Amino acid sequence: MALFDFLKGSKGKKASPGPDGHCDRGILLFENTGEVIQAETILKREGWTIRVMGPPPEVRQGCDLVIEFPLIEQLDIMRTLEAEKLPPLRIVPVTSPLLQPVDIFHVKDFGEYLMVRAANMKLTIDKKTGVFVNISGGGCPDVPFLAASMVGRTIADAPSPRDIGHTLCGYALQLAYEEVKRRCSA
Amino acid sequence: MLCIAGTVPSNDFPLVEGVISFDGKRMRIGTLNIDVNRGTPALLAAAVKASEAIGRPAPFVYLVGDTGTGKGSHRLYAHMTETLPDVSFQTITFHYLQPIVHRHARLLEVLRNMNPRPRLIADAGYMYMAKMSGEASAYDLFTPDVGELAFLADEKAPHPFYTRGFILHEDNRVPDLIARAYQHRNAARYLLVKGKADYLADASGILETVDSPVEEALEAIGGTGDTLTGLVSVLVDAGYEMQEAAVAAMRINRLAGSYARPTPATQILDIIEHIPRACREVLAEKPFADKQQEHIA
Repeated sequence: MALFDFLKGSKGKKASPGPDGHCDRGILLFENTGEVIQAETILKREGWTIRVMGPPPEVRQGCDLVIEFPLIEQLDIMRTLEAEKLPPLRIVPVTSPLLQPVDIFHVKDFGEYLMVRAANMKLTIDKKTGVFVNISGGGCPDVPFLAASMVGRTIADAPSPRDIGHTLCGYALQLAYEEVKRRCSA
Repeated sequence: MLCIAGTVPSNDFPLVEGVISFDGKRMRIGTLNIDVNRGTPALLAAAVKASEAIGRPAPFVYLVGDTGTGKGSHRLYAHMTETLPDVSFQTITFHYLQPIVHRHARLLEVLRNMNPRPRLIADAGYMYMAKMSGEASAYDLFTPDVGELAFLADEKAPHPFYTRGFILHEDNRVPDLIARAYQHRNAARYLLVKGKADYLADASGILETVDSPVEEALEAIGGTGDTLTGLVSVLVDAGYEMQEAAVAAMRINRLAGSYARPTPATQILDIIEHIPRACREVLAEKPFADKQQEHIA
């Protein structure tokens, strides 16, 4: 459930010391979104309070995510990432508000099938068999790859988008995937 | 000639260019086979079928394998930047490419210098890139779905993933989203908005609406937007004016979807096989029938 933690504003065991949430924080920039997703997993596993956010315009390259973290923890966080052979490309202080990822879900019940939309991604499952039957929406090149890897497989054995996706569309699909899982297990 | 640039979901697929063929199940370029699933292969399959139906040549393609790392997209941007100055296309459609700011800037410079200038159509990741870079107005047509239209309407969002909630909630107010996209110069000359109803719009507002036949299940089926982009690309390239091309494409796509008797589990190939029949029927109607003779001639 780590992916949803940033949406819910959860607190890790190593809390940020800053009162305003900006001037004391930095962002970690990586080569691609896939590395951001890996780094998020590692840092959350180690208990750091971090958030996955959109980059400010001055460092934007394209299909981007960044990790916001407490600057005071920079050395320890760098040591953690270097130990995992995942050092960031750059570290930049946060000087302006960062973009917040979408956190709105739209759900459509087709009777036999359930479709969940997160941002621009839609994931549809056969409610009885638990098989993913379609993935629509999105525009980044991992979306057709994710569809080819997940459609036709059950919720139990399909790979998760976070494990094989690389882009913001893949990240949005992960949100839809988590919501489908939540609804199917409820 | 129509040129289509996009990606295939495989890291092993090399950078290729040439004319593509489709036997109804798989596509082929040179010695390479491509499965038809959602994404650029769906767009291409629809485009080949539509081209055959109206007696036009199959599209020329630039294709590369990319599963989302962006490596293939980098190569494709660079290759097209290098080779486009020496070739000529009437229409170029850009599709599932990784948004890469600096690569797009160089490619757009080349596109602007092409003589004659091709009509430029953008969908999917490349459309995100065109908007993110602030160069949307350099393009002739964007083909967003309603969610992507909200992204175009949000002047702060660099990707649909960051579309602000208050704009995303305006899903049912398409005219307002269109107006906002043009107000902030984040739309191409024309927008073809794909959804429960399909719209063609420009800066003056909605020009055309096509809302039948209705198949609720199509929203869930991956690739239905890709096929629509392929259809409108073929018709624009064949010489139809944007308004007539868009209306015909929207009707053909809906009709093909309806003929497939879709459920949310239907796959896009099941819809593509109905495109020739839908093409023939729509283009046999007035005013398209007269135009078709004129354009093919």
